[in-house]
Amino acid sequence: MSKMYTFEGYVRPDGSVGSRNHVAVIPSVICATDVAQAICRQVAGTIGYFHHQGCCQLPLDLKRVTDTLSSLGCSPNVGAVLIVSLGCEGTDVARLYDEISATGKPVKVIYIQESGGMSRAIQKGIDAAQSLVLEISGLQRKTVDISNVIMGIKCGGSDTTSGMASNCVIGYVADKIVDLGGTVVFGETTEFLGGEHILAQRAVGGPDGPVGKKIYEIVERMEARAKAAGEDMRGGQPTPGNIKGGLSSIEEKSLGAIVKSGHRPIQGVLEYPERVIAQKGLWIKDAPGREPEILTGMAATGAQLLMFSTGRGAPQGFPSMPVIKVCGNPNTYRRMSHDMDLNAGRIIAGEKSIEEAGEEAFELLINVLNGQMTKNEALQYVSTMDIYCLGPVI
Amino acid sequence: MKLSLALKVDDKDNVATVFANDITSGTHVVIRDKTGNTEEVEVIGDVPYGHKIAVRKIMKCEPVIKYGESIGRACADIAKGEYVHVHNMEAMRGRGDL
Repeated sequence: MSKMYTFEGYVRPDGSVGSRNHVAVIPSVICATDVAQAICRQVAGTIGYFHHQGCCQLPLDLKRVTDTLSSLGCSPNVGAVLIVSLGCEGTDVARLYDEISATGKPVKVIYIQESGGMSRAIQKGIDAAQSLVLEISGLQRKTVDISNVIMGIKCGGSDTTSGMASNCVIGYVADKIVDLGGTVVFGETTEFLGGEHILAQRAVGGPDGPVGKKIYEIVERMEARAKAAGEDMRGGQPTPGNIKGGLSSIEEKSLGAIVKSGHRPIQGVLEYPERVIAQKGLWIKDAPGREPEILTGMAATGAQLLMFSTGRGAPQGFPSMPVIKVCGNPNTYRRMSHDMDLNAGRIIAGEKSIEEAGEEAFELLINVLNGQMTKNEALQYVSTMDIYCLGPVI
Repeated sequence: MKLSLALKVDDKDNVATVFANDITSGTHVVIRDKTGNTEEVEVIGDVPYGHKIAVRKIMKCEPVIKYGESIGRACADIAKGEYVHVHNMEAMRGRGDL
């Protein structure tokens, strides 16, 4: 019989399970950010989603921003929500309130214009956030099965060790979580270029089925957007750091990047703001590779944590979702051990097998789900977020 | 002295990745494939940590293969043991300029 794995999590009224218990302060538009920041500075137990969107955008993007903020508010690491609205923005604040409230968690809204400006709104917001913190901070963790896990995965600041060490470790963990009945989501569509045929082969229904076709479609869409500028993508992707790290082309970066998705079948493609509700197994989220946008996309999925592979050394994290750094490059790990949670460079050095390092990473994942802080959380390097939009600012 | 390793991921690969510091032109390294077969080669060019060398001669316009897949094409003839990077190979994807 296979071993049972559990973790201690915050069970939400809708049945989802969080690894953290934050009050999220959500500015519905960039114009409400300063007020939201002031509230977060004053009230313990809060985190802020400080994005740069929400007005003077095409309708499809305004819908996308509302959808993404709604998914973030619904995400299981958030126990309660305070929405900070200016009062004249393009996002749909009423829908945001209704959708997050539907999960059963407490939600409050303040309006800056209606409150009489910034200082009054801050005062009102502090009172509201404080009462939400008092309401949820006593919630106790409960033992739940590992199948409740939704893990996001990503690689950033990649070099050639990423595809040959750290991504192999994450691939091992991804396979294990899928086999235990959990959910794993990977993205970075730009970094499928050159490897999409391998992913399409792994799609449920094969490369010619709807999932396989969708994988080709999202890659074509991303490549077309890059090419529409009439420029060579090189110089932007791979990044100058990737090139210094030995990656010679986007194809090489991609083939190394997809290693982190492991070996299990791909069940489908999630749109950027889309939330995982009952989906199990391995999924793709259509999101670009840049950190603020993909971390946001993964948290919107409902991921309780994210495993992040790096070779060059990426230190950043996200407001509500712990980020576990798996470093493939032993030189980088030595230099940046205060930012890196796991040294997968020992695989490159021949000191550990992928399986040994993978088991170590899995154990760390359970500890982080139980509440152990990641290095970026302890240092409060947690502000890397923004929403990936498609059209121009108008 | 023990020679540094250059790792070849897939049998079809025509490049291997050198994981060692201070590899300068003329250094000998050992190319190792996943089944443990080894071959000693002399490196041509200074190769930083994690960069690639050719495991056989690669002709101009021939695909450069890693993970058993094309990672671009050679834009010059590349000798066995020679440093392979953006100076002698190029990506073929995301190229709005082609």
